[in-house]
Amino acid sequence: MAEIITEKLSHVYSAGTPFESTALHDVSISIPQGQFAAVIGHTGSGKSTFIQHLNALLQPTEGRVLLDGQDINNDKYTRRDVKWKVGLVFQYPEYQLFEETVYKDIAFGPSNMKLSKEEIDERVREAAAFTGVSEELFERSPLELSGGQKRRIAIAGVIAMRPEILILDEPTAGLDPAGCAQIFENIRSYREKSGATVLIVSHSMDDVARLAERIIVFDRGTVVMDDTPASVFSRAKELMEIGLNVPKAAELAVALRDRGIGLPEGIFTHERLLAALLQLREGRKC
Amino acid sequence: MLRDVTLGQYFPGNTVVHRLDPRTKILLVVIYIIALFQAQGWISYGLVTLVTLVCMALSKIKPSSMFKGVKPMLFIIVLTALLNIFYTEGTPIRPGWIITWEGIARAVQMMLRIILLISGTFLLTYTTSPIALTDGLEMLLSPLKKLKVPVHEMTMMMSMALRFIPTLIAETDKIMSAQKARGADFETGSLIQRAKALLPILVPLFVSAFKRADELAVAMESRCYHGGEGRTRMKQLIMQRRDTIALVLGLLFLTAMIVLKRVGL
Ligand SMILES: Nc1ncnc2c1ncn2[C@@H]1O[C@H](COP(=O)(O)OP(=O)(O)O)[C@@H](O)[C@H]1O
Ligand SMILES: [Mg+2]
Repeated sequence: MAEIITEKLSHVYSAGTPFESTALHDVSISIPQGQFAAVIGHTGSGKSTFIQHLNALLQPTEGRVLLDGQDINNDKYTRRDVKWKVGLVFQYPEYQLFEETVYKDIAFGPSNMKLSKEEIDERVREAAAFTGVSEELFERSPLELSGGQKRRIAIAGVIAMRPEILILDEPTAGLDPAGCAQIFENIRSYREKSGATVLIVSHSMDDVARLAERIIVFDRGTVVMDDTPASVFSRAKELMEIGLNVPKAAELAVALRDRGIGLPEGIFTHERLLAALLQLREGRKC
Repeated sequence: MLRDVTLGQYFPGNTVVHRLDPRTKILLVVIYIIALFQAQGWISYGLVTLVTLVCMALSKIKPSSMFKGVKPMLFIIVLTALLNIFYTEGTPIRPGWIITWEGIARAVQMMLRIILLISGTFLLTYTTSPIALTDGLEMLLSPLKKLKVPVHEMTMMMSMALRFIPTLIAETDKIMSAQKARGADFETGSLIQRAKALLPILVPLFVSAFKRADELAVAMESRCYHGGEGRTRMKQLIMQRRDTIALVLGLLFLTAMIVLKRVGL
C-alpha cells in the first residue's frame, strides 16, 4: 500500500519579501496505489512545486502531505525516509550526473540507502535494463554520452531505489520524438513490472492521453480539473483557454464537430477517432 | 533556503531614491561614510541617524528587511560593544565596578556607527540594480582609462558576476534538491563525510558553470563584442535636477558634520 494524499496544500515562495509569490493554493488530491496519473498545466502553474512536496523536498506553507496516513513532514527522519518510497526525477535530470562512471552514478541512490554490495549491483543492472541503458556503458563517464543517454541514466538512478511511487517532471522535455517514445515506453514497462504508482508531468498530450488513467490539470496554482483522460479532453475548449494543447485527435474531433459532423464526446486518441469515423461511415451507408 | 540570502540584494521600487542616477548614489554613499566618521558627540550621531532614517523612509524599505541585512553582522556588533564597555576608562557606574559610564556611551556609539555604516551601504544596493551600479561605477572610474586601467573590462566582469550570482544560487538549489531526492545527506556525519557529500553538488555545478561561460562567450562574440573601445550604451545615464539637489544636500550634510566635529558636539 502506498497511497499519497495532500490536504489543502499551499505553498508561498519568498514569504515576507517583495518577491513573495503564491505557487500553490489549496491543493487536495489523493493518488491510490498503482495509478498512472499525469499532471498537466501551463508553465508556471505550480506543477513542479506540487510534486516536490510529495517527497518532502519542499515543506508546505499550509496543509499536509500524507503517505499511507502518515504526515511525511513529521520530523527529519520521515522526511528522509520518504525519499526511498517516493522517487522523484527532476526536469533535465542529466545535469545532476556527477560520478566518474555510469555505474557509480546509477548506484548513488541505492548506496545512500546503505544496501549490501550485491543488492546494489542487482538494482543497478535492473534499473539500467528498464531504461534501456546497455551494460557496455557502465564504465564510461556519463559526461561524454549523448543527451538522450544521459537522461535515461538519470532516470535509472532514481528507479534503482525501487520507489513505490515514481514521479517524473517533464521527462521528455527537449528530446526528439524517438527519444520521447522510448522514455514513455521505459516508464510504462517499469510500472507494469513493479506495480508502482506513476505520476508524470508532461506537455506531450498524445502520450498522456494514451498512457494515463487520470489527468490532473493545474492552472495558476490550483487544480482546475481532475478526471479521466476522456472527461478532461472532452473539455478541449477550456483546456485551450488556459493555454494547453489537447491531443491532436481531440483537436481534430472538436474541429469536425464544429463543422457539423456528429462525432460522440470523449475522443482523444487516434484509434478512437478512426473507429468513430468508420462507424459514422457505416451508418451513412445503411 | 539558499535563495533567502539578502546580503546586497536589490529590491525593485519606484521611489525618488530608486530613480536617482547610480553615480549620484555612489557619490552620496562615499559622502555619507566620510560624514559618519566625523561623528563624535551625541548630537552628531543623532543627525546621522536622522538622515539615515529619512533616506530609508524615502526609499520605502521596510525596517525588517534592513534588519535582515544587519543580522549577519550582529556578532561583530555585540563583540565591539562588549569590548568597549569593559575596556574604557572613566567613572564606574558603581564604586568598584569596571563598567564605566564612558564605556557604555562608547559602546552605544560604536554599535550605532557599525549599524549606520551597514544601513547606508545597503540602502545603495537595495535601491540600485546591479547593472545600474556597475554602469555608474564604470562612468565614475572612466578617467582612469587614461592611465590604461581596463575600467570597462573590470566593470563588465563585475556585472557578469553579479548577473550570474542568482542563476548559480538557483542552480545550486536545484542540484541539491535533485541529489537529496536520491538520498544525499548534507546535514549529518563527520566533517570529512560532509565534505564528501558536497561532491555531488560541486561537480555538476562546475560542469554547468563552465558550459555557461563558454556559451556566453560565444554569444557575446557572435554579436561582435570586442571590449570597451567605441562602445555606446542603450541606457544613457543622464544627471537630472534631482541628482543635483541630492548631491547639494549631501554636501551640506557633510559640512554640517564637519562643523559639529569642530565645535566638539
Ligand atoms: N524557487 C523558487 N523561488 C521563487 N519562486 C518560484 C520558485 N520556483 C518556482 N517559483 C514560482 O512559482 C510558480 C510555479 O512554478 P513551478 O512550480 O516551477 O511551475 P511549473 O512547473 O508548472 O512550470 C511560478 O510563478 C514560479 O515563478
Ligand atoms: Mg516545471
